[in-house]
Amino acid sequence: MTIPADLKYTPSHEWVRVEADGTLTVGITHHAQDLLGDMVFIETPAAGRTLAKGEECAVVESVKAASDVYAPVAGEVIAANAEVEASPESVNKDAYSAWMFKLKPANPGDVAGLLDATAYQKLVESEAH
Amino acid sequence: MLIFDHSRPGRTATAQLPAAGGSLDDLPANLRRRDAPALPEVSELDVVRHYTRLSQKNFSIDTQFYPLGSCTMKYNPRACNSLAMLPQFLARHPASPDETGQGFLTSMFELQEMLKDVTGMAGVSMAPMAGAHGEFAGVAMIRAYHDARGDTARREMIVPDAAHGTNPASAVMCGYTVKEIPTDASGSIDLAALRAAVGPQTAGLMLTNPSTLGVFEKTIADIQKIVHDAGGLLYYDGANLNAILGKVRPGDMGFDVIHMNLHKTFSTPHGGGGPGAGPVGVAERLLPFMPIPLVLNENGFYRLATEADLPQSIGRMSANMGNAGVLMRAYVYARLLGREGMHRVAEYATLNANYLMARLREAGFDLAFPERRASHEFIVTLKKLKDTTGVSAMDFAKRLLDYGFHAPTTYFPMLVPECLLIEPTETESRETLDGFVEAMITIKREAETSPDLVKGAPYSLPVRRLDDVRAARELDLAYKPTA
Repeated sequence: MTIPADLKYTPSHEWVRVEADGTLTVGITHHAQDLLGDMVFIETPAAGRTLAKGEECAVVESVKAASDVYAPVAGEVIAANAEVEASPESVNKDAYSAWMFKLKPANPGDVAGLLDATAYQKLVESEAH
Repeated sequence: MLIFDHSRPGRTATAQLPAAGGSLDDLPANLRRRDAPALPEVSELDVVRHYTRLSQKNFSIDTQFYPLGSCTMKYNPRACNSLAMLPQFLARHPASPDETGQGFLTSMFELQEMLKDVTGMAGVSMAPMAGAHGEFAGVAMIRAYHDARGDTARREMIVPDAAHGTNPASAVMCGYTVKEIPTDASGSIDLAALRAAVGPQTAGLMLTNPSTLGVFEKTIADIQKIVHDAGGLLYYDGANLNAILGKVRPGDMGFDVIHMNLHKTFSTPHGGGGPGAGPVGVAERLLPFMPIPLVLNENGFYRLATEADLPQSIGRMSANMGNAGVLMRAYVYARLLGREGMHRVAEYATLNANYLMARLREAGFDLAFPERRASHEFIVTLKKLKDTTGVSAMDFAKRLLDYGFHAPTTYFPMLVPECLLIEPTETESRETLDGFVEAMITIKREAETSPDLVKGAPYSLPVRRLDDVRAARELDLAYKPTA
């Protein structure tokens, strides 16, 4: 199982990196891409878009299914990764470098509500039942 | 190879050309095409060989067991086809006056009545021409009902997480937002979550029963009460109607609107992308909103209803009588079965699924919901096998093709990892089911001893493993001649 200890996670399988300037970089976890299989299409949110926590903001489509990616916390999209749209397979190669969008959180304290690596690991194990 | 690849300039099938050269002189010049259409130029023999070869390459219900879960790939009786192909039906122009089409219209009216009877609904319209078309009609009627009452704040459709993907899509197409609710560990709707989700914003709940997980929603009485008490309507997705046909009626369960897939439950041919038929059935309060056309019986004279008959109708969903040829086949099927026969459909569909489930469990396969009885389908999860051998559900599915079986549905529902959704239907013999179990056991052994063999499957088909990613990313949908 690949769950880097320095990242935060959501129950809907997004990973979140808190950058030095307080902005958040968001992608989907290794576990999520493993479940979805080979990616064929990714759509990222437009910069400037304001997101509510849990709002659908990106789409990942694999050979098996299309899934939504949700905003981990409320905030404003400050950048989207055009490279990941151009090469969706990069998410399969390395889920943690293939980020999808960067978010300026509306409330920096919200990050504390995300899961840490241990809690996410537990969640993944409980889902496997 | 496409039929276009056989094309040679000037080659033709003279014997198949229209007898007399009709004149096109009266067509205005601006409506005539400037270039000849890019049609293949082939001989009659080219055509016969090409399509015969394609049909031989095809996996179909006529050639192989096809346990594709959620799709109800049952045998299509020949009688349904031959009677629907009678020239009196086939050659009837859809715009012929009602007076000259009483035989056809009587058949359609009787099918409408039989569908009402078997589902327990107050009215049926057969205008929608596919399952998704029927879903759209159903949700549009829910919206028309609320709007007609001025109850316009109801803008949320509740959909269980196990639902078919078409459910949320239909809700969104009708201008609703979708509220997803979870399934509990036994595969049923989480009632507490449903109670928390309903409110004055609730337009309705879309439900399949038996559910996509292949189990009957035992709390359906509670579910309907929660939704109705909140002022919402209950939508029944007929995808899994085969399991309960003539046994339990959606109308009696309290559903307000349903759609049926005649191409599943009523055995009309499908699998090639159509044509389908998705009639909708409604409870009393939705009768005024039914889509047209539908057939009216006026003292023994049958005619198609128009906008004038149903001024509140959500509208015309097909120019003529839906997919008339498909409806005719379903009509013959229903007449062949009779009311008693419909009960047997549900009984044998359920028996076959439970037999197959029990045998696979004995053979060491993991069931997704081992404590539940199967309805007409059930789910095997290959998670453990994947973890220990690296062989995935997709590899397993491809290997089944080598053994002469169409694969079950793979990776659906998404809630269950590495899953196979298996639906044998009522039309398969015990010998066929046993043969499928033997193949499953053999492949499991192969996966444990020589996983690479399974991962490389199929070996015996016209094409080997296809590149799913490339197929999805580089869509090649129309023939373009190479310059």
